[in-house]
Amino acid sequence: MDIPFKNPPPSEVRNLAGGEFSTVDQLRHAAEQAVTRKYRDFVIVDVDSHHYENESYREVFKYIDSPVIRRAALESAERPGRSSLLNGQVGYQDIGGRITRQRGRAREKTEPHEQRDIVMTKRWMDSMGVDYACLFPTPMLFLGLHPQPEIEVALAQGYNRWLCEQILDAEPRLVSMLYLPFNDPEAAYRTVKEFGHRKGVTGFMVTSPRYKPVHDNAYMKTYALLEEMGKPLSFHAAYNWNDQSMAMMNRFISVHAVGFMMYNMIHLTNWVINGLPERFPKLKVMWIESGLTWVYSLMQRLDHSYMMRTSDAPALRRKPSEYMREMYYSSQPMEMPDDKSILEATFKMIKADTQLVWSSDYPHWDFDLPSVIYDLPFLDETAKRNILGGTACKLFGIDPKVVKKIPGDVVSA
Amino acid sequence: MRELFVARKSEFNSGDRRIVVNDHGREVGVFSQDEGYYAYSNYCLHSGGPACEGLMINRVQEVLGPGKIFEGEIFSDDVHFVCPWHGFEYDLKTGECVGNRQLKLRKYDVIERDGDIYVVA
Repeated sequence: MDIPFKNPPPSEVRNLAGGEFSTVDQLRHAAEQAVTRKYRDFVIVDVDSHHYENESYREVFKYIDSPVIRRAALESAERPGRSSLLNGQVGYQDIGGRITRQRGRAREKTEPHEQRDIVMTKRWMDSMGVDYACLFPTPMLFLGLHPQPEIEVALAQGYNRWLCEQILDAEPRLVSMLYLPFNDPEAAYRTVKEFGHRKGVTGFMVTSPRYKPVHDNAYMKTYALLEEMGKPLSFHAAYNWNDQSMAMMNRFISVHAVGFMMYNMIHLTNWVINGLPERFPKLKVMWIESGLTWVYSLMQRLDHSYMMRTSDAPALRRKPSEYMREMYYSSQPMEMPDDKSILEATFKMIKADTQLVWSSDYPHWDFDLPSVIYDLPFLDETAKRNILGGTACKLFGIDPKVVKKIPGDVVSA
Repeated sequence: MRELFVARKSEFNSGDRRIVVNDHGREVGVFSQDEGYYAYSNYCLHSGGPACEGLMINRVQEVLGPGKIFEGEIFSDDVHFVCPWHGFEYDLKTGECVGNRQLKLRKYDVIERDGDIYVVA
């Protein structure tokens, strides 16, 4: 098949150990896919992508209000690798160096006057054919496990302000659902009040690994405020290897596979069984980065139990799956069974045409390309375009204008 | 398909790799390893990543002792190359995807003539 590219690919492999790294070069096959599938013809929105905010800690921490925590944070940023103010997690996501971009990105060149996160992000967006991306942090995904709630609050406040001023105000192709310091319900409420109307803030995000139940009365005014503002609330999955159940597992593959589902299964179960969809019927709720099979499973489990134990869930007027079918789900990491009829059934069960939103999770190790959706044989063109961007544009209030510049795309260049 | 120049044999040492682009714009990865040459499609069977451009690393093997006791892990003698996008591993000698050996990268013939290496692609 002829590839309509302007420039031929390089003729020799780079020196992986020390040569310059290029996102555009490593993703050139993604750009080929974008060209041959004509992504230039429709808008693509990535609802879950990441940057590495730890690379900017020295700048981020300057935005922390508390002078005491700011001082401690800035000091810790000067001595990386030693005991820090922030918590972390064991996790060899780069598979022992096999995911080469994790190490290579440090060697990628950007101009000194450019905001590096914006430049790096737009490079992969254009290569994949993405017009708009919702940007999330990386190490902060574990901040809900920090033993000091006041540190979560301070970091969330500083990061959110930095993100708004340095990235969202400067780049219209980037949006975010801002970090909610959920372990302090009052601070979570204040966060929505302070940032809800900022440019590029399309909603708010709770990192799922934490131990606060979502049905606690302390959160009701925050949910009411989000519903009133029309801003989605999302739950971004991650893992906690220190959880007693997870600690029984000896491999990252195991903790990742189970952990990313477990916290969202718990939060969603609490959300539905306690009738929060009845209390906040217009609040849009999204579940991020757990794949899809857990939804299919949980719908059946909860429906089955509910029919026998309606007294245990008195707030509900419908079966749990009916509420779940009105929620939104990000697609990545999308399971790919050999028998595609299983995937088709999953899509049908969650009403994917209107409720599924594509996400890449780039640059993390298990990212998805738009082709995971575009190449599915059982979707028509309208469904593909909804999932890849149309639904997210409506959800986030984004003008569905195509703005990407796919490298090597002669037609759109 | 036709013969495409890869490298002078004297400049293509064990452990070296080249990416060759054929007349249709398709990329082929050519490996030199321990006196042998191997060539495969540079498009990962998973999601199209540059399969031949990642880390080369030997297969990780579990070691069991008497009584099927787990004793640790070693690197075996089998060489793999790893797609840098997601970590799909391929056997250098066969092009088989290690996670499912029914899946194989397209293999291309490599020819040595007059001190030069060619791939038929």
